[in-house]
Amino acid sequence: MTTPLHIGFIPLVDAAALIVATDKGFAAAEGLDVMLVREVSWSNVRDKLNIGLFDAAHLLAPVAIASSLGLGHVKVPIAAPFNLGLNGNAITVSPALHAALMEEIDGDRFDPMATSRALARVVAKRRKSGAEPLTFGMTFPFSTHNYQLRFWMAAGGVDPDEDVQLVVLPPPYMVDSLANGHVDAFCVGAPWNSIAVDLGVGHILHFVSDILLSAVEKVLAVRQSWSEKHAAVVAALVRAHLRAAEFIEQPENRPEVARILAQPERLGVEASVIQRTLDGRLKISPDGTMRESGRYLLVGREAAARPDPGQAAWLYAQMVRWGQTPYRPEALKAAMAVFRPDLYDAAAGRPTDTSNAIGAFAGPPFDPNDVPGHLAAFKIGRWKP
Amino acid sequence: MSAESSPKIVIVDESPIRAAILEEGLREAGYTDVVHISEMQSLLSRIYALDPEIIVIDLENPSRDVLEQMFQVSRAVRRPIAMFVDQSDAASIQASVEAGVSAYIVDGLKKERMKPILDLCVSRFNAFSKLQDELDRTKHALEERKVIDRAKGILMKVKGLTEEEAYVLMRSTAMREKKKIGEIAQSILTASELLK
Repeated sequence: MTTPLHIGFIPLVDAAALIVATDKGFAAAEGLDVMLVREVSWSNVRDKLNIGLFDAAHLLAPVAIASSLGLGHVKVPIAAPFNLGLNGNAITVSPALHAALMEEIDGDRFDPMATSRALARVVAKRRKSGAEPLTFGMTFPFSTHNYQLRFWMAAGGVDPDEDVQLVVLPPPYMVDSLANGHVDAFCVGAPWNSIAVDLGVGHILHFVSDILLSAVEKVLAVRQSWSEKHAAVVAALVRAHLRAAEFIEQPENRPEVARILAQPERLGVEASVIQRTLDGRLKISPDGTMRESGRYLLVGREAAARPDPGQAAWLYAQMVRWGQTPYRPEALKAAMAVFRPDLYDAAAGRPTDTSNAIGAFAGPPFDPNDVPGHLAAFKIGRWKP
Repeated sequence: MSAESSPKIVIVDESPIRAAILEEGLREAGYTDVVHISEMQSLLSRIYALDPEIIVIDLENPSRDVLEQMFQVSRAVRRPIAMFVDQSDAASIQASVEAGVSAYIVDGLKKERMKPILDLCVSRFNAFSKLQDELDRTKHALEERKVIDRAKGILMKVKGLTEEEAYVLMRSTAMREKKKIGEIAQSILTASELLK
């Protein structure tokens, strides 16, 4: 007997494990009959998961936490038994902002502290000349993109709420908005950074792995109540995704993976653009400059798929830092409980105790046991002890 | 309904027909203060300028995520909240998501005032979907008609059949192969294209 499941996703490369698990038959081999439903907004994915139209979903890790805490929306506890990806985002800037940053930069252009300080100088100059504040696009209030942009610019002295504007933009509108000057930069996942570079309207300034060594990006999310009632299905889902992640991480399988993701009803973009992301070899400038990184997007390798409650704590700390919620120890605990390494280990059948430390380029190492102490180390933020 | 009791409603929808159907329904029900936004650029600043009490948006619209930002902006005088915040009415939430519409209301607006508006949106959205389905079916039938006519012409020419005989041949083939006559007609067109 097969179990029919409806799973929602947003057309992004980090939905790879989900799409491959379904389209390569790994889910079917586990007795699951998965129907993937492509969505247009994170709000839709969240709501349809919350009310049960979806059994599971490709979800922004911070949305899983916000949902569980009832931040900004209905409170529905979520369980995340599998990380669909670590990293995978990039910051892309307009040619004009890129030129201004490169003029101001003092140091290596891939060093986020150097670019952040350069940004602070560009911002100060613009203010002096009476120019409009710079505008940065990101994908959702509770998104890794929002926190990654803020973390980066605040390190160099730019207050993301006072000195620049941060606006939510749906990913498909990012490239157009950069081209027509609606935004000066954006932080988004693949394939949108590469598309901006290919069209000559943007330069990739940073891979997020420059800013945070390992940052959980999307999770496979289910309602916590549902996971309790369907423990065997959750385990089957995790196993199917593990096999998919292993398949994706084999370099010789990448062309096939890129073709699967490129299908019109999946991502609907060129396979070559997708493969660049999977390989971590990206064209970063319209002039053809390439950059390679072994940490661009991790789908399963280096234990990337195993949920790490410490990562959830870091995301909760960002919500506190930027004033989305006051600090409460019990909320921190609830946030950490969203990430379920126990469900992952039970399904994988091999206990692991690897964790992926966030590895931020600025500030002290993150300590989930002392969030207020950690936040006190940062000058810019909305949180007051 | 007096102007005072009619809340300002903004409809965010890129489909002009659906927005018109909704707007008409709202006006008929006495809601006179309705504005339609079809342009998604600078959506948030337009909404702030209009300062509505209720925002209705279709779920096919990626800009729904833009609206979520309203809950974050401390500058906004009136803080909008998602209508889904009230968990007591699961059935109406389900109905609205299934109909493909979502609504946001300004904090403080009474739930009793929102309910009839949401119900109306749901029924108008469902009516629009039905209309759309009918339109799609009609279009499809028209296209199939054209394909059958062209296939008939080919059979008449190649096999020297009358129009009636050509049609009967296609129909009996369709029945024998358990296919639709449109599919048989399409295969004839494809084959004749290949054999040209």
